[in-house]
Amino acid sequence: MDARRVPRNVTDPKVRQVGFFAPVAPLDGSPSGPLRPTTPSPPVSGNSLSPVMIPLPRHLSSDNAPLSPLTGRRRRLLPPRGADKAAVKQNTHSASGLTPGVTDGGPPSEVQKEQAPVSSLPLKEKTTKAERRALQEAQRAAKASATADGSKKSVGASAVVTSANANPKKVAKAPPPQKKDSSSVAASEKRGGDRQTDKDRKKDVPHPRMQFDDEDRVEKAKKRSVVKQTEARYRVELFRHLPQYEHGTRLADLESKFFQLDPVHPAVYKVGLRFLTGDISGGNARCIAMLQAFQESIKDYSTRRDKTLIEKWDLPAKINGYVSFLIECRPLSISMGNAIRFLKTQIAELPLTMSESEAKASLLSDIDRFINEKIILADKVIVGHAVTKIRDGDVLLTYGSSSVVEMIFLCAHELGKQFRVVIVDSRPKFEGRMLLRRLVGKGVSCTYTHINAISYIMHEVTRVFLGASSVLSNGTVYSRVGTASVAMVAHQFHVPVLVCCEAYKFHKRVQLDSICFNELGDPDAIARVSGKEDINYLDDWTSSENLQLLNLTYDATPSDYTSMIITEYGMIPPTSVPVIVQEYGGEHLWI
Amino acid sequence: MPDVNSLVNEFLIKLKKRKIEGSKATAKLTAELLRSFISQKRLPHTNQAGALIDAVKAVGEELIDANPVELAVGNIVRRVLHIIREEDLSLTTAAVGGLSLSAESDNEDDVDQGDHPALSAAAVAAAARSTLRPPSLQTLLEDMPHSTAVPQPSSSGGDSEGKSKSADKNSMTRKLKHNVIEAVNELIQDISTCHELIAEQAVEHIHQNEVILTLGSSRTVTEFLCAAKEKKRSFRVFVAEGAPRYQGHALAKELAARGLQTTVITDSAVFAMISRVNMVIVGAHAVMANGGVIAPVGLNMVALAAQRHAVPFVVLAWGSQVLPCYVVLLCNQAELTISIEKMLAYGNILCPLYPHNPEVLLNELKSPSELLDFGEFSDCLDFGCGSGSPLLHVVNPAFDYVPPNLVSLFITDTGGHNPSYMYRLLADYYSADDLVVRRRSTS
Repeated sequence: MDARRVPRNVTDPKVRQVGFFAPVAPLDGSPSGPLRPTTPSPPVSGNSLSPVMIPLPRHLSSDNAPLSPLTGRRRRLLPPRGADKAAVKQNTHSASGLTPGVTDGGPPSEVQKEQAPVSSLPLKEKTTKAERRALQEAQRAAKASATADGSKKSVGASAVVTSANANPKKVAKAPPPQKKDSSSVAASEKRGGDRQTDKDRKKDVPHPRMQFDDEDRVEKAKKRSVVKQTEARYRVELFRHLPQYEHGTRLADLESKFFQLDPVHPAVYKVGLRFLTGDISGGNARCIAMLQAFQESIKDYSTRRDKTLIEKWDLPAKINGYVSFLIECRPLSISMGNAIRFLKTQIAELPLTMSESEAKASLLSDIDRFINEKIILADKVIVGHAVTKIRDGDVLLTYGSSSVVEMIFLCAHELGKQFRVVIVDSRPKFEGRMLLRRLVGKGVSCTYTHINAISYIMHEVTRVFLGASSVLSNGTVYSRVGTASVAMVAHQFHVPVLVCCEAYKFHKRVQLDSICFNELGDPDAIARVSGKEDINYLDDWTSSENLQLLNLTYDATPSDYTSMIITEYGMIPPTSVPVIVQEYGGEHLWI
Repeated sequence: MPDVNSLVNEFLIKLKKRKIEGSKATAKLTAELLRSFISQKRLPHTNQAGALIDAVKAVGEELIDANPVELAVGNIVRRVLHIIREEDLSLTTAAVGGLSLSAESDNEDDVDQGDHPALSAAAVAAAARSTLRPPSLQTLLEDMPHSTAVPQPSSSGGDSEGKSKSADKNSMTRKLKHNVIEAVNELIQDISTCHELIAEQAVEHIHQNEVILTLGSSRTVTEFLCAAKEKKRSFRVFVAEGAPRYQGHALAKELAARGLQTTVITDSAVFAMISRVNMVIVGAHAVMANGGVIAPVGLNMVALAAQRHAVPFVVLAWGSQVLPCYVVLLCNQAELTISIEKMLAYGNILCPLYPHNPEVLLNELKSPSELLDFGEFSDCLDFGCGSGSPLLHVVNPAFDYVPPNLVSLFITDTGGHNPSYMYRLLADYYSADDLVVRRRSTS
């Protein structure tokens, strides 16, 4: 049990920014409020907080006091909830949310009631607490030396925060009510936050990605990897920093290992294989598939018995293992990275005292909620926004196949709007054909062409709708390769370009070109031209050492080609992306 | 005679069926056809040139109609017409010169008194020549007093031919045909060697370690790149494959075989890669007088991307491939003595080529089967027999129009030129009278 507390005492310092950045709470509430039928509006009290609250001296020793009683209390609370566990996920979730009394915006009074007795509770379990303390210290030291895993966790103040907070779960919205009910707690927490902000900001800077031209690191990564990957023989010089593997061999290799790969859960394994074969593609589909696989694996998870306390709760490690397995199958998209970060945060913030089954249930419901709110509902809102931009007689152009854009077209069609769709497609994936098939099947009038003809067709187009794999914080739209060309030509012809993208795909990273980061597809896909057997000049391309094939997967569209980005938070110009990333992007808003 | 006609018909069918591809191949075949046509053409004793011109025009018209998009056909026809005129002119001047050498040599002052009966032929010939010759200070000076004579060189030229021919028939009857065939042979020679002339300039434009991007395939581009390679320049080439014909594959294979570092990319990746490219080198289908280029589909996108990243966009073009005359309209050049009104007066069908959107009017839509399998979408495609409007259209254009402002440089067999200079080359290649080949069909 105690071991599990270790990861979660690393608490999000960003939380404390809530006090300073007043708009956060209402912002969160207003746009997403209607989206969540289950949750009442979040506490707006955060707004009224002033950052000028007098910080009380923080005594570490006395900090312990509230902690233990609380845990005691929570433990007392646990059994009934554990019994409830069979109940619906939503229920469990709201219950677990309520205990901390914050997340779901339960009435503050309740929280007060709950917490008031807490502080007055007699100290119990002194010994265990001391133990835990020691553990925490050790962990903290260890963590501090290691680099954080990309999420904005601050380690230094974690103990303080955790103890002060006393409800590590859903720390995100914890501060407001707390500050209300006990100023001393709030103040100490605040001070922690104060101190942390700068450091924290620095940590916000995204990690440099693994560079595959760095031989040491590649060697290390190889040792860890599950899948044996043979490196491509003829690598494109310009892209040495990206992984370039032989594609044909991996699938067979993985399939043969199906029963040997112990560390990988079958569900994850299955998803990984489907990523590898290209069975599942598209940002949302991949993200959902991955999260659902994680759900499966969490369901089957149990703490290990043969390990020491600390090592017992190895779910984060397991998830890390899965993630690296998935990366080996296909590099993660930025949206998947965001989802994983969300999941890790959720795991880290689990209350120490939660029973295993409850923790699992809570995680499962968290994932469910993420899928529902961040993807499915977000898409609905985006469709609602975008449909207003379609008028009768419009000719709408789209490139490739984006799930959101497809929904927009179908929705507009159902609304009885008269419009025509131009689908621009490109090699080697020809994703547009699927979209064409589906749209034509629904009775939408379509024109199909290839990307080279874009300048020809752009004359008649009135709007361009594009999907995105990610939107980076300098406004760059990172999407299927070719999107940039389409946006450029549209810009040249003064046709508005509307990029539809869920906010969970936004990322802090910035990128200027498509070369520094990208994903390389299977070069053989370029050599073969489907349906044209007479074009076979490149069949034996590997035999010539001067010849390389480059199959880029993404490109970066400069922000000036984008007229508007449609997200669930509304329709924004590309310059507002960093605002969304800053205000809505942190984990504190994932819930 | 019958075999010429059958040759012509065969060629026409080939053109109509689009069996001949590539402007160079078409140009060569057209020139060869015209050569055999001219050699077998029986000419009357009087007004040989006029008869020949009319005959060639008639054939040329048919050829152009067979594939109006293959601009090289029309250009070669115009070139041949121009050759006939020039040869005729040189014969005439030689003859006149022989008769009155003194008048020819120092008639600069006399020409304005063109009414003089003895000199009229020479004067008109000189005037006509001045429109053909690349401008020099002398011709400019000559031009000024002639401003009235220049606009109708064809009619007066015809008259002059009639007059001069009546003067001395025998010397020229065989000579004209012979000379014309010689000149056409030269033209054919030029067409086949123009690569080399262009490729010779490669070293001046490609230097060590450059990265060059090209799209699709063109003989000229291949030769150009290989020429630079042979001069021990080592550089890398990105080849965009050029859907839907994927000629880039063949190009890439050839370049790699010749030892160039070649990387094939998809067309969609052009924008992604262009930031690392030093120069874009492409071939053209035809070049317009305003410096715009009719190029294989996709090049406008490449040119825009190149402009965005300030990468030079270089078009390789050879003389006769280039310059379909009608777009002269754009430039509205006085020395070509043809104006929009005149074209419209002829009711010229080429007028739709007025380039407000040339890519639509000069384009050719290819079969949708290059993009989609008919089997796959057979239920929604319109095969021309279904009732009601079909849900699915497939657009597969063959050419793009690249406006002159996106082109950094033309490299032709006569050297490098700015887009704004292209109209000037017209005067070298074509005679102003032949700009409208189809005059007869409309009048």
